[in-house]
Amino acid sequence: MKNIEFRTATSAQGGLIVMGGVPGVAAGSRVQLRDHAGRLRSGLVIRSADDAVLVEVFEGTDELDLERTWVRFLDEPFKLPVSRDILGRIFNGAGLPRDGRPPIISADRRDVNGEPLNPAARAYPREFIQTGISAIDGMNSLTRGQKLPIFSGGGLPHNRVAAQIVRQAKLLGEAASEFVVVFAAFGASHADARFFEESFEESGVLNKVVMFLNLADEPVIERLLTPRAALTAAEYLAFDLDYHVLVVMTDMTAYAEALREVAVLRGDVPARKGYPGYLYSDLAEIYERAGRIKNRRGSITMIPVLSMPSDDITHPIPDLTGYITEGQIVLGRELSNQGVYPPVTVLPSLSRLMKDGVGKNFTREDHPHVASQLFASYAKALEVRGLAAIIGAEELSDADRRYLEFANAFEHKFIGQGEDEDRSVFETLNLAWDLLSMLPADALIRVSEEELAKYHKGQATVAAA
Amino acid sequence: MGKILEINGPLVKLELPETVLGEQVRVGRLGLVGEVIGRDGNTALAQLYEDTAGLRPGEEATGLGWPLSVELGPGLLGAIFDGVQRPLEAVWQQSGDRMARGVAVPSLPRDKRWHFVPDPHRRAGTALAGGDVLGTVQETESILHRILTPPLIHGELLELAPEGDYTIEEILGRVRKFDDTIEKLHLFHRWPVRTPRPFRKRDHAIAPLITGQRILDTFYPLLKGGKAAIPGPFGAGKTMLQQQIARWCNAEIVIYVGCGERGNELTDVLEFMPELKDPHTGRPLMERTLLVANTSNMPVVAREASVYVGITLAEYFRDQGLDVVMVADSTSRWAEALREVAGRLGQMPVEEGYPAYLGSRLAAFYERAGRVETMAGHHGSVTLIGAVSPPGGDFSEPVTSHTKEIIQTFWALSKELADARHYPSVDWLESFSGYIGSAAKWWAENVDPNWERERAEALDLLSASEELQRIVNLVGVEALSSEQRWTLEAAGLIKEGLLQQSAIDEIDSFASPEKQYALLSGLLEIFRQGMKLVKLGAPARRLIQMPLLSQARRWKSQHTSEDIAALKAKIAQIPGEFEKLMLEYEQTA
Ligand SMILES: Nc1ncnc2c1ncn2[C@@H]1O[C@H](COP(=O)(O)OP(=O)(O)OP(=O)(O)O)[C@@H](O)[C@H]1O
Ligand SMILES: [Mg+2]
Repeated sequence: MKNIEFRTATSAQGGLIVMGGVPGVAAGSRVQLRDHAGRLRSGLVIRSADDAVLVEVFEGTDELDLERTWVRFLDEPFKLPVSRDILGRIFNGAGLPRDGRPPIISADRRDVNGEPLNPAARAYPREFIQTGISAIDGMNSLTRGQKLPIFSGGGLPHNRVAAQIVRQAKLLGEAASEFVVVFAAFGASHADARFFEESFEESGVLNKVVMFLNLADEPVIERLLTPRAALTAAEYLAFDLDYHVLVVMTDMTAYAEALREVAVLRGDVPARKGYPGYLYSDLAEIYERAGRIKNRRGSITMIPVLSMPSDDITHPIPDLTGYITEGQIVLGRELSNQGVYPPVTVLPSLSRLMKDGVGKNFTREDHPHVASQLFASYAKALEVRGLAAIIGAEELSDADRRYLEFANAFEHKFIGQGEDEDRSVFETLNLAWDLLSMLPADALIRVSEEELAKYHKGQATVAAA
Repeated sequence: MGKILEINGPLVKLELPETVLGEQVRVGRLGLVGEVIGRDGNTALAQLYEDTAGLRPGEEATGLGWPLSVELGPGLLGAIFDGVQRPLEAVWQQSGDRMARGVAVPSLPRDKRWHFVPDPHRRAGTALAGGDVLGTVQETESILHRILTPPLIHGELLELAPEGDYTIEEILGRVRKFDDTIEKLHLFHRWPVRTPRPFRKRDHAIAPLITGQRILDTFYPLLKGGKAAIPGPFGAGKTMLQQQIARWCNAEIVIYVGCGERGNELTDVLEFMPELKDPHTGRPLMERTLLVANTSNMPVVAREASVYVGITLAEYFRDQGLDVVMVADSTSRWAEALREVAGRLGQMPVEEGYPAYLGSRLAAFYERAGRVETMAGHHGSVTLIGAVSPPGGDFSEPVTSHTKEIIQTFWALSKELADARHYPSVDWLESFSGYIGSAAKWWAENVDPNWERERAEALDLLSASEELQRIVNLVGVEALSSEQRWTLEAAGLIKEGLLQQSAIDEIDSFASPEKQYALLSGLLEIFRQGMKLVKLGAPARRLIQMPLLSQARRWKSQHTSEDIAALKAKIAQIPGEFEKLMLEYEQTA
C-alpha cells in the first residue's frame, strides 16, 4: 500500500480531508499528500473505514485541488530515526534536520508516540539535583527523574531561569554536570530559540544538546509532534545509552493551544475554555515520559516551561499540568517588578519529590524541617505585611515587625541571587538559618529543638529582645 | 466471527451479529480487548482498553461471550493490576518496561499451589448456597482467605476436595444445581465488574475507621462501610492523605486504585508498603494491600473500568467477612473518561461536556460501599474514599458537586493551607461528617466519654478565631480584648499542635485514638486555664509568652502512640504551669 498513490479525496475542510475507496488503512498511520503543484504535505489517519478515511493534514487543506491531490498511506506512525549522532544536532518538529547537515540515517526508527511505561517497571526518583538556586534547592528541590515545570508569564525571565538550571544542575558531590540536554521549543519566537542556542554555546555544552524547534511561524500541527519527537530522542539517550537527560520544553501553552485548534477542526466536544476533554490525557502522555526505570542507568528529568494565560494559575493549561507533574516552580510578576531574580513565588511552588530526596542521607538532616519552617514563617510574614498595609507598620507589635523584616530579607537575600551565582545546598541552608535567626526560636516549631540549638543564632523569645 | 468496520480513536465499529451489550471482544491482529457499548442490527460499537493505532478495517473481531470480569481467589494480595486486572509484575516480566498491547497474562498465577483447608460443615450431599464458605487458604500470614462459593450457584454439594495443596484451576468440588446441571468449583471464580455482588442485607455502620490522622478521626470521622470524598486542587495533598489512610487505617484489606494519576505515586506505594508494618497486626503492609493502576498515560477506556475492577475486588473481600477500604485516586479522571467516550458517541453534553448520567453513575458507584451481612452470614464492609480533582480547584464543578450530594464525609482540602504547608490541608470549616453520632458512641465507649464535648469545643474555638482573624486583618490585633486575643492564640495552638500533622515525621505520622484524645484535651486544658486567668484580669500578652505554648506545639512529635503515659504526665502538669500567674491574679482580684 505504501507505494500506491490514491486520487480519491471526496471532500476537504479545515485541515481534514476525506478519502474514498481506500480499504484497510491502518488507524494512526502517516500520510503523504502531493498537491497539484507537486508540493508535499503530511498528515495522519484519524478515522478509518473501508468507504471513508479521515486524514488530518498538518500543513492544512488550503488551496488543495481534490482532483489533483495524490495521497499515499505510509502504513506506519510517525517515527524518529535515532542514533548516537543526534547529539549536537538541531531538528524541526517532525525530526528533520534544520541545521543544514544530513538527516540521521538509522535502522532504529521509533514511534514518536512512545508506549506507556509499566508502573511496575518504574523506579522511584530519589537523587537530589543541586541547581544552585536557593528557592529551588532549599524549598522545592529537583530530583533526578522528576517532571518539574516552570509556571511563568509573558515578560518574566523563565528562559533565563531554565538556562541557569541547565548550566548548574548536578548531583551532590559531582564536580560538573553529567547531563545531556534535549531542548524542544514549540511556538517559540526566533529570539527565544536563539537565546537558548547561545546559552548552550557559551557553556560549551552544544555537543551534548539535541534541539527540536518548531517556531511561532511554523505549522501548528507539527507542534503536536515536537514534544513527542523530543521525548523519543530523550528516551533513547536515557534508556538505551544510559545518559541522564534533562529535557527542557517551551512553551507548553503553545502546545495546548495547537491541540485546541486541531480539536475544534475535528469537532471534538470542548470541556473548559474550549480545550478538549482529553487535554489532560494528552498532556499526561507527554509529561509521564519523564522518570526512571528499574535496572536502567539513565533517567529523564523534565523541565517544561509554561506561560500562564493572564497569569492565571487556574487556567486549564497550568491547572491540568499541575495535576500531572510532580510540582511546579511559579514565577511571579510582583517579585520580578521589585528586581528580584529569579522571581520564584515560593508559596504556590511545590516539589512533590522533595520529601523523598532531601534530609539525612541525601543533603543535610535539617533540610526538610528548614524548608517547612521557611514556608510557614514566610506565609505568616506575608499576613503581617498585608496587615501593615492596612494599619501601618508603626502599629505592628514587636514580634510582627520582625516578620516584616524577615519577609524582606527572605525575598532579597534568599530568593534573590545572581544569574551566575551557583550556591551549594549547604550555603543555601546556612543562609536559611541566618534568616530564621531573625525570628525568636520559640516561634520556630517546624524545626527540632536540637536543630535550633545547633543552628539558630538569635533570641529564644521575643520577650528576651 | 466478525470484522472491523471503522476505527475512531478508542472506539471501533464492528460487524458482529450476535453480541450483547457489555460483551468482551477481541479485535484485530494484535488481539486488543474491549467491550461492546452499543448495538445496531448487525453492527456493534466497542470501546477498546488499549490504543487502537495500527488497527485496520477488515481485520477480524470475535465476541468472547462474557462481560468484563475479574478473577477472585488467592493470589490477589500484594499484587498490582492494571485497569482490567492484568497483573503488572507478570506483564513486566513477559513483555518488558513498556506496556505492550494485546498481552494476555492471567490475572491470578496458574502454577502456584495453595494450601486449602475445607470447612468442616461442607459435606457431600448437603445443600450449598452462593457465597457459602468452602474452606480457607492462609494467603498471607495476616490474611486467612475464605474460599467462597460463587454467588449465583445454589444446589447440592456432590464432593469437596480434602485438605491439600491445589492450584486455582484444579477442580475443588462439584455442585448439582437445581436445574440438575453440574457445576465445578475452584479456588477462584469470576465476577462481572459492573454488577454489584449480592449480600443478605445491609447493616448499620457502627465503628469508625481509625486512620491515625487527627483531623479525620477526631474532627470529621468516617465509619467502616461509609463513603467519603477528598476534593482539593492540585498539590493540596489528596494523594498523600489517601496514602496515609492506606498505610495506617485499621481495615483488614486496602484496595488502592490509581485512576488516571502518576506512575511514580504507584511506584512509591509499591516501594514503601512492603517495608512498613501494619500498626494493628505488625505484618508488612503489602500483605493486606492490593493495587489497581491505570496511570494518566495509559488508555482512557481502561481508566473507566479500573474503578469497577477495584470495587469488585473490595466486595469480594467484604464477602469473606472482612473490613475493606478502597481509596480511588482520582474519581475525576474516571468521570473524564466517561465524558470522553460520551463525546465520541455523540451523546448530548449537559455541564462542562459531561453526559447527563454523570450523577447517577457516581451515585451507583458509591452505593457499592457499605457494611453488610454477607450471604454466608458474616459481617463485612467496604469503605469508599474517593479523591476529587476539581478543575481550577472550583468545588462547584459537576464532579465535586454531585459527589458532595452522595457521600457522608467530606474532607475538603484548601489551597491556602497547603501553600503555607499546613498539612493535611483539610479545611476545618468546609469539611463535614454525617457520622458524628455513631462515632461519639464509639469514642465514649473506647476512649473517653467526653470526646463529643471536647471535639465540639475545639471546633467552636476554631470558628470563633476565624471571626476574630477577620477583625485583626482589618484593624490589627490591638483592637482585640484580652479574651479575644487568647481565643485567637489558643486556636493557633489547636491548629499547630493538633490539626497539623506531618506524614513524613516518623512519630507524628500516626496517632492512636488515645493519643489524639490526649492532645485534644491537653490543648483545650491550656485554653481553659488561660481563659480563667484572663477573666481574672491577666493580659493575654503575658500568657502568650509562656514557654508552655511552644512546648505544647511539639508534643505531637515527641510522644509516640505507645508512649501516652509521658504525654499524659505533661498534661497533668498544665495547671501547675499556670499556678504562679493564677496566684498573682487571684490576689489582685
Ligand atoms: N500530610 C502531609 N504531610 C507532609 N507533606 C504533605 C502532606 N500532604 C501533602 N504533603 C505535601 O504536598 C505534596 C502534594 O501532595 P499530593 O501529591 O498528595 O497532592 P494532590 O492533592 O494529590 O495533588 P494532585 O491532584 O496533583 O495529585 C506532597 O508531595 C507533599 O510534599
Ligand atoms: Mg494526587
